[in-house]
Amino acid sequence: MNRFEVLTPADLAHAARLLARQGHVALAGGVDVIDLLKLGIIAPATLVNLKNLPELHGIEPGPRGLRLGALTKLHEVAEHPFIREHYTAVSDAAREAATPQIRNLATVGGNLLQRPRCWYFRHPDVNCLKKGGDRCYALTGLNRYHAILGGGPSFIVHPSNLAPALIALGASARIVGPSGERSVELEKFFTLPSVDPKRENDLKPGEVLVEVNLPPPPAGAKSAYLEAREKQSFDWPLVGAAAMVASDGASRTVRDARIVLCAVAPIPWRSPEAEKEIIGHPLDAERARAAGEACVRGAHPLADNAYKIAMTKVLARRTILKAAGIEEA
Amino acid sequence: MKHDKHGPPDSRAISRRAFIKGAGAIAATTGLIRTPPASADAAPDAQDGIVERIGPGAQTIELKINGEVKRVTVEPRVTLLRALRDHLNLTGTKLVCDRGACGACTVHLDGKPVTSCMVLALDARGHEITTIEGLLTPDRMSPLGAAFVEHDAAQCGFCTPGMMMSMAAALASNPKAQLEDVKRAVAGNICRCGTYPHVFAAALSVVRGGNRGES
Repeated sequence: MNRFEVLTPADLAHAARLLARQGHVALAGGVDVIDLLKLGIIAPATLVNLKNLPELHGIEPGPRGLRLGALTKLHEVAEHPFIREHYTAVSDAAREAATPQIRNLATVGGNLLQRPRCWYFRHPDVNCLKKGGDRCYALTGLNRYHAILGGGPSFIVHPSNLAPALIALGASARIVGPSGERSVELEKFFTLPSVDPKRENDLKPGEVLVEVNLPPPPAGAKSAYLEAREKQSFDWPLVGAAAMVASDGASRTVRDARIVLCAVAPIPWRSPEAEKEIIGHPLDAERARAAGEACVRGAHPLADNAYKIAMTKVLARRTILKAAGIEEA
Repeated sequence: MKHDKHGPPDSRAISRRAFIKGAGAIAATTGLIRTPPASADAAPDAQDGIVERIGPGAQTIELKINGEVKRVTVEPRVTLLRALRDHLNLTGTKLVCDRGACGACTVHLDGKPVTSCMVLALDARGHEITTIEGLLTPDRMSPLGAAFVEHDAAQCGFCTPGMMMSMAAALASNPKAQLEDVKRAVAGNICRCGTYPHVFAAALSVVRGGNRGES
């Protein structure tokens, strides 16, 4: 780890001004930043400590939905009764993330902004496309954990499991920068490598992700998040799926739905194709299966990750049925 | 056996641990000589809107560990784990993966288990830090510690302090924990010996009150 200083700004405006400077990196929960520092993937001269900024704290449920400060810890999200009841997918995703020890440190903002887990990206000696090199080593290398959708020229998968759940429930991010603030739908916040392989999102230098806002769920909406992993105690997901399904009680006709996949693409991957399969129809196992198939219609597996196609189909189907409260046959 | 392990060290012999610590102290001293005194930098920088500027050189910070305020002089890049082990002689907290993946370095911050390798020491200021030494010692066993012994919940023992910290926090927040709960409690603690079934049995025996009288 290189030597650095830690500055604590008095307020958000000064934090933004500091973060606009070269070699300044934000420090919040620290989990990903400390990892990247130890690997030498970042070597900032200055860390800007965001933990004393009141705007970044707090969980506020209300009639207009839910506000999650960016510094909210994952364990707080996982345990909050209001989130569990109204935004179940978000609660489940936070509960599935990492370990108890990490959930006590890691923040919502850090989960959304963490860098990819790709072993080429995290390797200190590999200068891959994401680090300014000339190629994505996953394309011809060891790629069993890489993208089947939206890949190229980089084939990382986005590591956040909270993001798909938040997007399924229509979240937006409030961002404050040196020249003011903006609100962006979380779905549009993430950036494909075809736009710029060096970043995963649209956060500009000097910008601070202040909070995530969730609207009230649509009437009759329920949500769920499921993930498949190699190790059950804790692991990164091989594939994850978040689903929001709003349906009429008796007929089970789906009025609104969102299906968002985790760990299959370089961004949280919303599947309008899958949503189309269930919106306007009475939901049953067959409809859910069709939606699962639709999720992977445009998939392009690499040499070692075709298993993710079958896994995605099944997981999407199960998550849709779970959200709708339908027992699988 | 017991006396060999816990008896006074032979003053002539230099243990591996003492040697490593000595080397660390020399390295730290060298660093300090090259670094200008940090106190001049420590003043708040009001015109820049900065309320605290710390580092890159070593500065003295206060940490509240096991109920006592300790002063430690470290660079900002020093993790809580390194501060505990290399600067404060609290070596019960183990360094293994150094990436938050194995749980051997688990301590409590305000009663909640965290991986101390992923916390900067300066970020632990203002929090109540509890290490395994604060939880129990061989002379001052806790019910959970006694249950670990009784249920043979350690083999090589290297994961045990972290495992115990995770479990102690879980039982404190949920004294009626069931098997699924105690499994989840140590989901972030890796034991390559495979002691988990004994760890679960030890924890569940505490839940059932199997160690009454061992306070």
